[in-house]
Amino acid sequence: MSPQELAEAIIPATADTRRRPPVWRFLKGHPQAAIGAAILIVFALIAILGPWIAPYGPREQVGPIFGTPSNPHPLGLDDAGIDILSLLIHGARITLIVGFTGALVAVLVGGTIGIISGYFGGRLDNLLMRVTDYFLVLPDLVLLIVVASIWGRSLRNIIIIIGLVYWTFMARLIRSQVKVVRERAYVKRAQALGASHLRIILRHVLPQVLPLILAQTVLMVALAIFLETAISFLGLGDPNAPSWGRMIENGFDRSAISYGAWWAIVPPGLAVAIVIMAFNMLGTAAEDALNPRLKVSHLLRRHFRMRPLPDKDAAR
Amino acid sequence: MRAGWSYVGRRALFALITILVAISLNFVLFRLAPGDRTSALRCQGCTQEFKAQVRAEFGLDRSVPEQYLVYVKETATGNLGRSFVTQQPVLAELWKPVRNTIPMVLLGTLFAISLGLTLGVVSAWRRGTITDRTSVWSGLLLYSLPTQWLALMLIFYAAGPLGLPTSDIADPYLAYENPGWWPELVDRLQHMVLPAATIGLVLFGEYTLITRSSMLEALGEDYILTARAKGLSNWQIVRRHALRNSLLPIVTLIFLSLGFILGGAILIETVFNYPGIGLQLYESVTERDYPMLQGGFLLLTVSVILMNFLADLLYFRLDPRVTE
Repeated sequence: MSPQELAEAIIPATADTRRRPPVWRFLKGHPQAAIGAAILIVFALIAILGPWIAPYGPREQVGPIFGTPSNPHPLGLDDAGIDILSLLIHGARITLIVGFTGALVAVLVGGTIGIISGYFGGRLDNLLMRVTDYFLVLPDLVLLIVVASIWGRSLRNIIIIIGLVYWTFMARLIRSQVKVVRERAYVKRAQALGASHLRIILRHVLPQVLPLILAQTVLMVALAIFLETAISFLGLGDPNAPSWGRMIENGFDRSAISYGAWWAIVPPGLAVAIVIMAFNMLGTAAEDALNPRLKVSHLLRRHFRMRPLPDKDAAR
Repeated sequence: MRAGWSYVGRRALFALITILVAISLNFVLFRLAPGDRTSALRCQGCTQEFKAQVRAEFGLDRSVPEQYLVYVKETATGNLGRSFVTQQPVLAELWKPVRNTIPMVLLGTLFAISLGLTLGVVSAWRRGTITDRTSVWSGLLLYSLPTQWLALMLIFYAAGPLGLPTSDIADPYLAYENPGWWPELVDRLQHMVLPAATIGLVLFGEYTLITRSSMLEALGEDYILTARAKGLSNWQIVRRHALRNSLLPIVTLIFLSLGFILGGAILIETVFNYPGIGLQLYESVTERDYPMLQGGFLLLTVSVILMNFLADLLYFRLDPRVTE
């Protein structure tokens, strides 16, 4: 047996996965994340291809009020005789766009404040964190209702509000991570070499906190979608955008319950639940992978190791 | 001990300042609203003189800093203005629904705490087993369901078979029969079951997941290894070492969420038509009753801040290290 063969016999796993990108290895090691990602890809495709694959338009009356699920309309009709399946497909795009952009606003604002606060420290840090503390205790749903009812009903407002509510979580989390990275030797060396703050942040700090930011972004999208359905349910959603949240609201508002028309409420809620769950599966798996403290349990014999070892896949 | 009192003092100061900030934010938010109170009065035929009179009455003709000072003073004395709809003082109008919400929220939260904590601990203890996987997946599932949708599903599929009422807080005809306090209490509880169950189920998922990961973090610590080396039983390790330490973040979370669910109950109360603070706010939104909204927002914010403060105090009792 040549040394090469011997090495491959001893560490077959690494030989197999060495050339694969880290994302692939992460999904392979966490089936939960893989399922979540697969579900999201399907829904993303539906959102992108929506207008072409939906059998009817989002405002097209095609049958009786609260028509029961039957052959041409597998999910039935809503209170205006609109095909629920088509509404669901059209709504996917709006719901996902609100989710992603809302989370993006939160991440950009929270991330910037977190990095500045953690990197520079001192008085600036103190000031920014106090502001964050104040925002953190505001009851999000109520703040949202107040702002939405004052600013008016539009998708843009909803996105801004979602960002406004969630940037604080992001800022605190990233700040604490940046504080740790800042103390590392290579950052000190880069400073000694005369690198500018911007360069250090972009080249040395950001890559280290990026995985965590990504994991949190994924979780935040789930929260944003959740909030969108809540705002819509309270009648503060965009009247021109048939999102899933608006579908639930519509069903409830037009007393689908007393009609016994479960098909007006169950499908959009289920769609929201599946998408949120997919995001949560992906996000929590990523979070777990990034937290080496969860790797070891001293109660279980097979997890017995001397110290929590940072996972190589996760550190990437 | 002195360090401890300075810690409590700092937290109290923080809570006070936060309340002040919330009051100010409230002021700013409602000044940003399109139009002023005269347009909110919705009288098309009002003359300019009448509008000016109303402005003077509300103090809107003064400078903004002056208005702010007056507003802070009024708020501090508990005067939150009058509701546009009922013309009654806001604080009194808010108090009644809050009294309805509190027992319902407490019932749901107790359910969630007892079940979520137990399942979270068991799940971390038996990590990787069927029990663990079932509870993680059910936790994830419940955590992912939109609150209002879960409530609607309970109405569709649970209310009928269980014979529970799905709307309002009490049977309106029962009062005429004058049946005594026991049937009335039972009636109230029956109306509370479904809303409380919704809150309980939503929170249960979250509590289970958080307890589990917090326990898992603790179980990886070196002192657990030491405890094991000393020959303690698994039960002793979990109870005395792991749970004691992992309880800290959980307690904070529970107190924080207690403050938040008062506001979060808005979705549930809307579905069940339960006359609590949430439904009141919902109605204020549809009526554009700004004084009520303003008051409700302030009340809920203050309750979150107070809960936060309580969590800090409890933290101080549970973990003497926080003062450092």
